Amino acid sequence: MTRSVAGLLVAGFGFGVPNAALSQETDRTALTNARIVTVEFGVIESGVVLIEDGRIAAVGANVDVPTGTTTIDVAGHTVYPGMVDSGTRLGLSEVGSDPRTQDFRENGNLTPHVKALTAVNPNSVLIPVTRVSGVLTALAEPTGGLFPGTAAFINLHGYTPEQMYVEGSSTMVMQFPVTGRRGSFDQRSDDDIEKASKEAMKTLNDMWDRAHLMARLESVYEADPEMERTTEYVPEVSALVPVVNGDMALMIVVNRAADIEKAIDWVQEREVALPIFSGCAEGWRVASKIAAAGIPCIVGPVQSLPTRASDRFDRAYANAGLLHKAGVKVALRTGESENVRNLPFHAGFAAAYGLGKEEALRAVTLNPAEIFGVAEHIGSISVGKLANLFVADGDPFETKTSIKYVFIEGHNIPMESRHTRLYDEFLNRSR
Amino acid sequence: MNMEQPMANRSVRAATVRVAAILVMAAMGSPAASVAQDGNLVVRNATVITVTGDVLESADVLVRNGKIAAVGADVIAPAGVREIDASGKYVMPGILDAHSHIALTTVNEGSNPVTAEVTMEDSVDPFQVSIYRALAGGVTTAHLMHGSANVIGGQNETIKLRYGVRTPDELRFEGAPRTIKFALGENPTRVHGGSGNKNPSTRMGVELVLRNAFEEGKRYMEAWDTYNASVASQGNRRRGNRGMSATAMPPEYNLRLETIADILRGDILVHAHSYRADEILMLMEVLGDYGVNKITFQHANEAFKVAPELAEFGASASIFADWWAYKFEVYYSTAYNAAILTRNDVSTSINSDSGELIRHLYHEAAKSQKYGGLTDAEALALITINPAKQLGIDDRVGSIEVGKDGDLAIFSEHPLSVYAINEMTIVDGNLLFDRANDPDDMRLMVNPDEEVPETMIRYWETDMHQCMQNTEWLFGISADQLSY
Repeated sequence: MTRSVAGLLVAGFGFGVPNAALSQETDRTALTNARIVTVEFGVIESGVVLIEDGRIAAVGANVDVPTGTTTIDVAGHTVYPGMVDSGTRLGLSEVGSDPRTQDFRENGNLTPHVKALTAVNPNSVLIPVTRVSGVLTALAEPTGGLFPGTAAFINLHGYTPEQMYVEGSSTMVMQFPVTGRRGSFDQRSDDDIEKASKEAMKTLNDMWDRAHLMARLESVYEADPEMERTTEYVPEVSALVPVVNGDMALMIVVNRAADIEKAIDWVQEREVALPIFSGCAEGWRVASKIAAAGIPCIVGPVQSLPTRASDRFDRAYANAGLLHKAGVKVALRTGESENVRNLPFHAGFAAAYGLGKEEALRAVTLNPAEIFGVAEHIGSISVGKLANLFVADGDPFETKTSIKYVFIEGHNIPMESRHTRLYDEFLNRSR
Repeated sequence: MNMEQPMANRSVRAATVRVAAILVMAAMGSPAASVAQDGNLVVRNATVITVTGDVLESADVLVRNGKIAAVGADVIAPAGVREIDASGKYVMPGILDAHSHIALTTVNEGSNPVTAEVTMEDSVDPFQVSIYRALAGGVTTAHLMHGSANVIGGQNETIKLRYGVRTPDELRFEGAPRTIKFALGENPTRVHGGSGNKNPSTRMGVELVLRNAFEEGKRYMEAWDTYNASVASQGNRRRGNRGMSATAMPPEYNLRLETIADILRGDILVHAHSYRADEILMLMEVLGDYGVNKITFQHANEAFKVAPELAEFGASASIFADWWAYKFEVYYSTAYNAAILTRNDVSTSINSDSGELIRHLYHEAAKSQKYGGLTDAEALALITINPAKQLGIDDRVGSIEVGKDGDLAIFSEHPLSVYAINEMTIVDGNLLFDRANDPDDMRLMVNPDEEVPETMIRYWETDMHQCMQNTEWLFGISADQLSY
């Protein structure tokens, strides 16, 4: 294909080009002579990762590679589990300023029955740009009202949202009522702010009580299938039933110190079975309280400003490390869409400012898998898990490190994106 | 004390006021309070990254009276000069940000598509803690720009981050050339054309507004030139004792046209907010027609598409490392922009346009190594000597050379490493950021009666929309919904 035709494809058919043309010679691939950072079981200085049917079939220094296996010698390089971003808009937003391409915010304060997964666009141009950086799984997260919907982990390859979905990762999102002023643009009076906060808590508690009632009714119906069902159709309440039953995690978006303390009390009073805090910008202020409550925190974006003008300049960088030191289980989020690819840099900053490299790696691999209850599928290089992994020529967070291979559910993903294609076309453009 | 609780007890509160007042005094001026900040110091035993020259191992940098006096091994310093032991550390020139809106009280004069007469000089606020936060990231010079609402916006202000001074003039980069903001594409067409009865509403209209302004400026300049020549010749005649009375009338003074005339005279450098390749080409053509040859394209996400044309014109680009897709005109972008431009000999810098990003420009520059494999020297030039050239101050800053300003940043590791932490920032030979010794709260002005403001920044409420600040009212939306 000539350069100019390639250019036409890039420029003209961005939405239409499938995001990966996959190699599928065999369903068995071995990465050999690899340094393997398993995250869960230490480092293997030289070994083999055997991938079969999309999952990791064997890992170790001595692995028998069956004949007929596609073998890739990665000597000198390191294999890492795919990085996981625990809070993004990936797949839900294409062009930031264009509302027609944004699907992360549904109207309404109480929409727990909407699902981010529904709106994930598998052909988003942003997805290949992200995965070639080693970020292979992202939480597609709705935002908006008190209950904006369910979030879900998506693996960054697939032709349908279902193919991308990490089984069992659906998580209810709650935006904990924000007390106090939201920022300098918030011109409400103190009284109005107080009133709004009280109203929001009442709405939250009413919803929770109704969900409990619904759960009890449903358990009664379940016990006696003959009984006539008389409950109304209240989808927003029904959506919360798995949460109050403890079958689904509740991810509570909360940032200010005072709100975090209130959220801890609320979680304990309401006996929330699987609470997760997300955002946690001022988590460092109340770290020991969060640790005592045993609630894991999704922290980030790391590269952000301190929340208060009076705060030390590096508080956002240091937050994850301070929480970890206090005993809080930490995972990281970018909060991004087009630049989810920067997750390793957020992790690098967190590492440098106190979290340490090893914990930072856990915070973007195994920790989120465990926090969201999907460690059987993702988060480490371990037999039986999805073959989500990447091969790098160095430290995965170091800026200039080059990613050589990416595997998502065993697929050897082309290391291409709009960004690489434009580079290839224009580096030595004809005049 | 729990900072969240309002103080109930009056006496506690009064005591707090006194303590706060003392803290304010302590924090003011110099963070490293115990040593005189007289523009003299010597940094010892560092890896010195000069940018324009070699990387020197175990070298010293001596600054005297604010200027770099010596660079090399075992530099002899005058007795009593402050010594900073930088063993195992990396010293690089103070970082420059060629596109910033920190330390400004307002950004856009959005009332007209052409507002060349306004200047950011009038909006500088030396008390903003954003200055200190940028300093903490090793930045020593920032180009404070007018916003992108207008085709020809206001004039910009280049400052040194001399955090602690009390007046805007003390921040000013004295002697820096005048610069002016232009803006092409979506922002001016939305702000002005969006009303339905004003130009520009398209990229065609942007050219129209530009050409009208340039032509009016040219005619104004010529009218004044004619008048001045006439006055001069009358004066000569008078001196020649011919006794002729003055007949020439001065043209009406107009600051807007006067400013445009200064652009045409080459006295003001143009920095044009732009994204698409076509509008970049358009502006070069217009400038060429009016003999203006100094231009830096700001943002310029599609500059890589016209790199040969930029190189031929001698234009520069000041870009984001990897921002894209936040609006449609940056959808067809690539993070390899810096590499393509550099390889095509276009002078390129990486800027922040953000009070957050400005704090890690060294990391943004490093992305050019991931995306296109620039060398260490090329990557660091993106945030030092190259922006210095674009701002016309490369004789003063942008590299570690004898005679240049004593602006330095000292990093724990190589500044292009993601693990690098800036430990000290020196401006004019004064240590203004010292990570180990500065207090947490570095505000200069604190109202003791004020509760600690619980400003909460979430990722969709960041400051990253500053180019369009003060234009929210035009769209009936809140600040966080605007994009660059």
